[in-house]
Amino acid sequence: MELIIQGVIKAFELIISFDPEVMGITWLSLKISGTATFISLFIGVSIGTIVALTNFSGKRLVISIINTGMGLPPVVVGLFVTILIWRSGPLGFLEILYTPYAMIIAQAIIATPIVMGISLASIQNLPPNLRLQILSLGASRMQMVWVLIKESKLPLLAAVMAGFGGVISEVGASIMVGGNIKGYSRVLTTATVMETGKGNFDIAIALGVILLILAFLVNLLLTQVQQRQHPR
Amino acid sequence: MNILTVQNLIVKRSGVTVLDISELTVEKGRILALIGPNGAGKSTLLLTMAGLLKTSQGKIYYQEVPIDSSASRSAMRRSISVVFQEPLLLNTSVYKNIALGLKFRHLTGSEIEKSVEESLDYFGISSLATRSAKTLSGGEAKRVSLARAFALKPEVIMMDEAFNSLDPPTRETLMDDLRNILEKTKITAVLALHDREETLRLAQNVTVMAEGKIIQSGTTAEIFNQPDSEFVANFVGTETILEGNVKRCNAGLMEISVDGKIIEAVGNFLPGQNVYCCIRPENITVLPAIAEKTSARNVFEAKIQKIIRQAFFYKMILDCGFLVVAYITVSSCDELGICEGSMVVVSFKATAVHVMRREK
Repeated sequence: MELIIQGVIKAFELIISFDPEVMGITWLSLKISGTATFISLFIGVSIGTIVALTNFSGKRLVISIINTGMGLPPVVVGLFVTILIWRSGPLGFLEILYTPYAMIIAQAIIATPIVMGISLASIQNLPPNLRLQILSLGASRMQMVWVLIKESKLPLLAAVMAGFGGVISEVGASIMVGGNIKGYSRVLTTATVMETGKGNFDIAIALGVILLILAFLVNLLLTQVQQRQHPR
Repeated sequence: MNILTVQNLIVKRSGVTVLDISELTVEKGRILALIGPNGAGKSTLLLTMAGLLKTSQGKIYYQEVPIDSSASRSAMRRSISVVFQEPLLLNTSVYKNIALGLKFRHLTGSEIEKSVEESLDYFGISSLATRSAKTLSGGEAKRVSLARAFALKPEVIMMDEAFNSLDPPTRETLMDDLRNILEKTKITAVLALHDREETLRLAQNVTVMAEGKIIQSGTTAEIFNQPDSEFVANFVGTETILEGNVKRCNAGLMEISVDGKIIEAVGNFLPGQNVYCCIRPENITVLPAIAEKTSARNVFEAKIQKIIRQAFFYKMILDCGFLVVAYITVSSCDELGICEGSMVVVSFKATAVHVMRREK
């Protein structure tokens, strides 16, 4: 118990004193996970919408694969991304292993199926005749798709929250492809793992608390936006 | 002039033919009702004519021009407004919902404002302009969806069972408003309906459908008074359909044997022909006793088998050797002092009997 109290006190000390190392780690975590979420939003919403609005044979299989992807184990993603960008791997020439870029790629791979699955479900949940109604109002196909995406903005915000929550808190892939290099690829989760390993529980708890506060603040912001759109 | 024509139209879904229309025309400025039971293909036909569903075969002509390319289909879509069964409003204000189609047409801000305000005014919902569409009642939402359709100033408006799921008073008012607006604007309308009353109140022409095919087309009066099959007669509410056999025919007046009684009817079928005699309930008169003189050619003593209370009248099932259905007002029923089991006299004119050929 004392350990936890010490940890929480330490966390507030580190936050209040704007500890440069902790601030650096926090900022990098936000940058990497934010960028990965943004990429996943672009890819996930596009493909999710296309799958939702197109009829093709094997559609159910594709949806099943996407839904399975929503629970991709980060360690497995880390493993495959490492193999791909390993010096002798197919993308080894990029020389991005143990860099924040590799972490963004791995996190985007984790978040994309989450965003895709939620966008797909939210577009499919719109009334079936809505797209015909929009077309009948004179919309082009692209305008119709854009209106449908806007109409699903509330579930899409949930997709952003789920995607961001998934990647800011994952550790397996980040440690494997980022290498937890101090001042370069060390993020909150990898630093927490390291400090715990070293027995520095107070710092580990402090980092954990910062991670929780960060996740809470981002979700609070998105929830505010979501609830403003849907006041009832 | 025909504004819309479909010819040899076939629509298939998963390999199954759901629509098979040899020809249907929509006259400019008229109100056409597509009626039929559930699954008749009314909605599919409506959406196909609006260019929203793909056809497997056949041609659609809009203002005599064939719709055979995506450009001509887009152009046609912009001249037709569709109102669906559900209001299908977007999660934004009423004003923005109505303005959406006008924005797609790249109208200027002031043009959009003018059209939206005019349309809001038409449907008496100007006060709702700033309200969120999601907070509207069913009737209000339906008015907004109609206002959105009319704001586009379409050549043709298509409505798919637009009055469904509304409570009766809301439906009544909305139907009156719609009829007035259609009369005022002279916009051609195609309405998929399944209610006889709505059809009688709104439509000038009627097409009866079943199983994806057209069974009969004509003016509303033709369809309701001269159905050409038992199915149509049943559907348009000809409650009395009797099987008979023509015994005699002289100068356009036939004597038809129905369950041993003779009904006189106007027509020209050959003796021996099996026929259906159709009599609309509102054309049957119920009397307390046989009148001394009457112009009605058919007068029968009858026993009241059942009296069923409807909204504003009684529906009576009378046994005069064959069963007939009559409607009489509540006050007439009270004045006659009749009840179930009473003996009365039933009369109807020979001209009120619509005779159809019966094959079996």
